[in-house]
Amino acid sequence: MCLGIPGEVIEFLPDQPDLARVEVSGVRRVINVGLLSDDLPTPGEWVLIHVGFALSKIDEQEAAAALEFLEGIGQAYEDELAALSDSQIE
Amino acid sequence: MRFVDEFRDSEKARALAAKIAGLCEPGRQYKLMEVCGGHTHTIYKHGLEDYLPEQITLVHGPGCPVCVIPMGRVDDAMALAAEPDVIMTSFGDMMRVPGSNGSFFDAKARGTDIRMVYSPLDSLKIARQNPDKRVVFMAIGFETTAPSTAMTVLRAAAEGLPNFAIFCNHVTIIPAIKAILDSPDLRLDGFIGPGHVSTVIGCRPYEFIARDYGKPVVVAGFEPLDILQSIYLLMLQLSRGQSIVENQYSRVVPWDGNPVALRAIGQTMELRPYFEWRGLGFISHSALKVRAEYARYDAEQLFSVPGVRVADPKACQCGEVLKGVLKPWECKVFGTACTPETPIGTCMVSPEGACAAYYSYGRLSRTRVKEASRT
Repeated sequence: MCLGIPGEVIEFLPDQPDLARVEVSGVRRVINVGLLSDDLPTPGEWVLIHVGFALSKIDEQEAAAALEFLEGIGQAYEDELAALSDSQIE
Repeated sequence: MRFVDEFRDSEKARALAAKIAGLCEPGRQYKLMEVCGGHTHTIYKHGLEDYLPEQITLVHGPGCPVCVIPMGRVDDAMALAAEPDVIMTSFGDMMRVPGSNGSFFDAKARGTDIRMVYSPLDSLKIARQNPDKRVVFMAIGFETTAPSTAMTVLRAAAEGLPNFAIFCNHVTIIPAIKAILDSPDLRLDGFIGPGHVSTVIGCRPYEFIARDYGKPVVVAGFEPLDILQSIYLLMLQLSRGQSIVENQYSRVVPWDGNPVALRAIGQTMELRPYFEWRGLGFISHSALKVRAEYARYDAEQLFSVPGVRVADPKACQCGEVLKGVLKPWECKVFGTACTPETPIGTCMVSPEGACAAYYSYGRLSRTRVKEASRT
């Protein structure tokens, strides 16, 4: 729950400007980007995701570092990724 | 010396450790608190304490949202889940937290409809799919997760969804830090400030710690080097007799936080006069409740919640661990009656809890075991 997961923005959903499809560790999922409405990310940019919401924009290097940290955590990250995979935000 | 888990930059870590050691005044003991459970996890996983001179002690703070939920609130949530036609939804981290009559997992096994979700938006979807049910989201967490709950309430309101509510248990980090600063049990020299919470609240809310209490604060990232760098910055301030707020994690944390997130929280929630924290007791203005304008999404208004205060199990010393008065291994039941598989206290439930982190990694370090046997 507290883990910030880096995801790369792939595209915004048509008709739903608050929702974006992102790629997280090879899994594509829809997340809410409404909290970044002051400075929306563009496709190709990276965001840190908390419980289905992008909370901050990060650069690719930070994304790689965050991912390495998460992979080191092991089980908790796997649980979070499994939960994210089951998530169907719309 | 053997390290728990050698990391990529351990050479850089040793270099930083040498600079940190060079800043220690002879004969002075330093106690630095890492507020955030994510930092606790990194510290134990990488054995960072083994890099530090013995004069510096890292004290684990209350920044693990699952750990600070009092038993009474878990019981209240169970009572809500048992109401007719209710589907309770919860983050996975919360599922194993024990109340006085077991956890969400136990209740689920007894047939109560409790579902694990990744996001409050998933709860919203469950509500849309089950119009004949009442869906309650167990909202927990510090300012990191509160904006997500707030945005979900706003979304439910925009849709006019009639069967969705939140059981709001969001807490705020600043009053907890203040309670610790005011506690006579503990003398701290500085704070490693939380990372993700600060992406929302920014760095300004910590200024009172530096100004009024004369303690330095460094907001830190989550990698081993981030934490060592932050300790170095704290020690540098202490060596100069300085106390200011610094942002070591500026690559992610803006100084002013996330204004959209703060607005969403402010629009839907307001401070409670007081709230009970496990182990820390009642703290004034330390938690959020749903604003009256959004009462139709507030489970505490829609249902009758028992609201009974339940004392922690006598054997459990999570309170002392959360305040940093006890190290995990000093608790009477640590690793014997209380383990991650059968937790008695909340600090053993979440991977960010100090006890669970120490149980998983800290025990493996010979240095730490030596220290444990000394105490």
